[in-house]
Amino acid sequence: MEKRLANWGNYPAISCDESSFSQEEQVQDFISTHSSVIARGNGRCYGDASLAQHSVSTLKYDKVLAFDTAKGIFECQSGITLDQILDIIVPQGWFLPVTPGTKFITVGGAVASDVHGKNHHVDGSFSGHIIDMDVITGNKETITCSADQHSDLFWATCGGMGLTGIITRVKFSLKKIGTAYIRQKQIKADNLEHLIRLFEEYKDYTYSMAWIDCLQKGDAFGRGILIVGEHATPEELNEQQRKSPLLLAAKRKLSVPFNLPSFALNTLTVKAFNWLYYLKNTKREINNVIPYEPFFYPLDAILHWNRGYGKAGFVQYQFVLPLEKKEGLVAILRKISDAGLGSFLAVLKVFGKQDSLISFPMEGYTLALDFPVRKGLFEFLDKLDEIVLQYGGRLYLSKDARMKQEVFWQSYPNAQKFAEIIKTYNGAKLFRSVQSDRLLLTE
Amino acid sequence: MPTVLILGAGSDMAVAIAREFARNKYDIQLAARNVASLSPLEQDLRIRYRVTASSHAFDATDFTSHAAFYIALPKPPDVTIAVFGYLGSQEKGQSDWNEAARILHTNYTGAVSILNIVADEYAARGNGTIVGISSVAGERGRQSNYLYGSAKAGFTAYLSGLRNRLFHKGAHVLSVQPGFVYTRMTEHLKLPAPLTAQPQDVAKDVYKAVVAKKNVIYTKWFWRYIMLIIKSIPEGIFKKLKL
Repeated sequence: MEKRLANWGNYPAISCDESSFSQEEQVQDFISTHSSVIARGNGRCYGDASLAQHSVSTLKYDKVLAFDTAKGIFECQSGITLDQILDIIVPQGWFLPVTPGTKFITVGGAVASDVHGKNHHVDGSFSGHIIDMDVITGNKETITCSADQHSDLFWATCGGMGLTGIITRVKFSLKKIGTAYIRQKQIKADNLEHLIRLFEEYKDYTYSMAWIDCLQKGDAFGRGILIVGEHATPEELNEQQRKSPLLLAAKRKLSVPFNLPSFALNTLTVKAFNWLYYLKNTKREINNVIPYEPFFYPLDAILHWNRGYGKAGFVQYQFVLPLEKKEGLVAILRKISDAGLGSFLAVLKVFGKQDSLISFPMEGYTLALDFPVRKGLFEFLDKLDEIVLQYGGRLYLSKDARMKQEVFWQSYPNAQKFAEIIKTYNGAKLFRSVQSDRLLLTE
Repeated sequence: MPTVLILGAGSDMAVAIAREFARNKYDIQLAARNVASLSPLEQDLRIRYRVTASSHAFDATDFTSHAAFYIALPKPPDVTIAVFGYLGSQEKGQSDWNEAARILHTNYTGAVSILNIVADEYAARGNGTIVGISSVAGERGRQSNYLYGSAKAGFTAYLSGLRNRLFHKGAHVLSVQPGFVYTRMTEHLKLPAPLTAQPQDVAKDVYKAVVAKKNVIYTKWFWRYIMLIIKSIPEGIFKKLKL
C-alpha cells in the first residue's frame, strides 16, 4: 500500500509502498516479484538509507531462535529489536556486546549499520561479535556468511546498508554481567582541550562518551561533561538494588505527542538547555550507580523525541576524524559556534582501532550533532564536509541524508572494493535505496 | 500451568495471541497446516517466556483429520482459540467456486468441524474455554466481501449457540469481533489509522476477556458502536451504498 515514510530524522519523507514478511518464503516471493527493494527495520537510521520505492519491513520476522545461557550466544531473526533482546538476556546475566544510543533498532539494522557504542575503544563495533548470519542475496539464494565463510559477503554486509541483500538471521555473542546497573562517573571539563585530556585519562573505562556544549566561545570553547561507566558488581549496589540485581523496575515513558513548531528549538532554547545541562552538575565529579537504561538510552525515555524538531525534520551530522587530526575537530566546532547553528545534542567519543571494509568507525574522534532542517543548512553542511575531507575523516551513512556522492567516494577508502562486492551479490541492483542511488552505489 | 491451543498459528494475530498467553505463563500448543514453519515461533515462545511450546499439523479444511489431531495433542488444552481465517478474493469467489468454497470452508465449516470436537471434550470434562476469532464483517453483508462476511456470520451464530450449550456444562465460549487489524492479510488495503488495531492490541483484549469470562468482545472496543450504526441503516438505503 502506498504511504508516506521517513526515518528518524523525518527528513526526507518519500511516498512508497512497504510490505512485510514473517516467513522466509514470503520475502523470497516478494523479491521475485519486484525489481528493486530495500530492507527496513525499525526506521531509526536518521536519513534515507532504508527508504526506497519498495521497502520490506523485517519487524514481523522477529523470532528468537536460540539462546545459550551458559556460553552467552544469541541467535535470532533479523527483525527483533534490541529492547526485546535486553528483556530476555539481562535477567539471565547477559548484555549486548555493543549497543548504540537507542535500543529501538533491529538486529538487522545493527548489522547493516555496523553500530558502535560507548565501548568502541574496548570492544569494537557490532560486527566483531557476530558468529555468523544469513543473507538473501540478489540471486534469491540464502547464504550463511561469517568472517571465515563467504567473508567478502560478510564484510560488505556489516555496515553495508542492506546493499548486499536482506539479512534474515544473526548469531552473535553476548557480554556477561553481574547486575543490570552501571557504576557511572561524570566529570566536568572546562573546555575541549580539557575534555580530550579526560578521555585519555579515563580510557581504561569500558564505556565512555562526552556531551559538548557547542555554542561556547573563548576559554569555555568546547566545554562539556565526560561520562564513563562500568557494569556494576553486586557488591557495588545499594540494599534496594541488591534485592534483584538483574531486574529493573518498569518506568513510565514520556512521549512527544506531535511535531513541535519548528521555532521551538532555536539558538536561544538550545543555549539555555546546554547551559542548564552543564550547570546541573554542580560538583566537578559525580559518582553513582544507576540502572543500565538511563546510562545507555537516555533519550529512549522520551518516545518520539524526534518530533521536537518540527515537521521539517532534522539531520544528524556524525563524522569521525583520525586521532592525530584534533585540529579538525576544533575547526568544525568553531564553524558551528560562529554560525550560531548550535546543536541541541552534541556527543563526542573517541573510537578505538577498527578492522572492517565499509564500517564507519576508525581510530579517532567522532562527533554527532543534530541540526533542524532549514534554509541554508545543507550549504553549511557541505562546508563542514570539506573540512572532514581535508582532515581525512568520513561521515556515518546511518545518519546521512544529504552527503554528495563525491564526498562518500573520497572519504571511504574501500568504497571501490565495496562496490565490486555489491556487484557480485547484487548485480541486478535488486537491493537499492534512495541513499545508495544518491551515492551512486546502485545507479 | 494452563495450556492454550492456537489453531491457525501462522498468522500475525496468532503470533501476538500466542505471545500474550505465554507472557501470562500459559503453555502453548501451536497448530497450522505447515508445521515446519512454526518452529521459529515455538523456539521464540520457549526462550522469551520460558514456557512449554509444541507444534502440530492442522488443516482447517481437512475435516476428517480433526478428531485424530485433537486426540494426539500432548495434553487437552484448557483454552482453545480458533484464529485461522481466509479473506480470499470476493471478486474471484463470485464466479470461481473453488475460491468461494475455500473462503466458506476455512472460515466456517472448518471451524465448526474442529470446535465440535473440542466442545464435546470440554462438555464431558465440565470446564475449558473456546475462543472464536470471528469478524465484524459477519454482522452485515457488504458487496465488497460478503463471501467472507457470510462465513463469519455463520461462525458468529455458531459461537453464540455453542456458548448457550456449554454454559450448562461448565465450559465457556468467547466470541471476538475484530474490526480492522494491521496484518499481512490487510497489508494491501488502505485502512483508517484511528480505527485500526495492531495484532498486539487484539491479543491483549482476547487475554483479558478470557480471564474475565466475557461473552462477546469487539476490538478495538468502539467497533461495537460502529457496527450498531451500520446494522441500523435501513436495507433500502444500505443496498444503494457502495460498501
